[in-house]
Amino acid sequence: MVEVKIIKDEESATAFIKGDIDHHTAKDIREQIDAYAQNNQIKLLKLDFSQVQFMDSSGIGLIMGRFKMMQMLKGKVTVINVPSHLKRLIKISGLLALGVIEKGEV
Amino acid sequence: MAQLKNEMKFEFISKSANESFARATVAAFVAQLDPTISEVADIKTAISEAVTNCIVHAYKNGLGTIYISVKIFENGQVIIKIRDKGCGIENISQAMEPLYTTGGAERAGLGFAVMQSFMDNIKVTSKLEKGTTITLTKNIIPRVAKNGQ
Repeated sequence: MVEVKIIKDEESATAFIKGDIDHHTAKDIREQIDAYAQNNQIKLLKLDFSQVQFMDSSGIGLIMGRFKMMQMLKGKVTVINVPSHLKRLIKISGLLALGVIEKGEV
Repeated sequence: MAQLKNEMKFEFISKSANESFARATVAAFVAQLDPTISEVADIKTAISEAVTNCIVHAYKNGLGTIYISVKIFENGQVIIKIRDKGCGIENISQAMEPLYTTGGAERAGLGFAVMQSFMDNIKVTSKLEKGTTITLTKNIIPRVAKNGQ
């Protein structure tokens, strides 16, 4: 199960993801976030992971995909509030080289 | 040879809604070895990757059955087999390369890298048009050793 809540603040939006991110739930999350970003001229998309209970590499694919989507909108994406249990996965993913994880997050 | 403590098998169809069912079921069974939260998370993540591979790749052209068996041993060893009767993997070493994927833009290509990193051992056997078996091994550290006694 997963829930996405998006809160807008001028040209930036924060998507709060609550629950599990796997191949099954990623599609739902992706569709909600992409539709919102495209319809609201978002320039900075923040993905808040503080309430992600479980994540596999589908979550990494989700972040990479949003990175590309925001590039097309000439905007940026950043992942915030990474819980400690997800840090190892993010470290081995190579996402740090993409610059989407804030310094000190992992 | 370590003594077998318990064993279980289950099977389900390759619907993505079953990814969470599969990892939760294995985690519930392995709980008998009294693992830490981190050890359980490692196993759940690896199972999720293996089952996703079956759904996205092995059975990409339709539904099929995914078979999982779990053995736990008195010394804390866990051996999990995830088997499908799908299309098979033509080049296993290429499939296991980090970032290699045939799954499209939304797939990271990290499934095998995650299984390798989160488990103690992984073995892959595959035959084209016959299917693939992934054998994952994890050593759960006995609670006494964890407490340093």
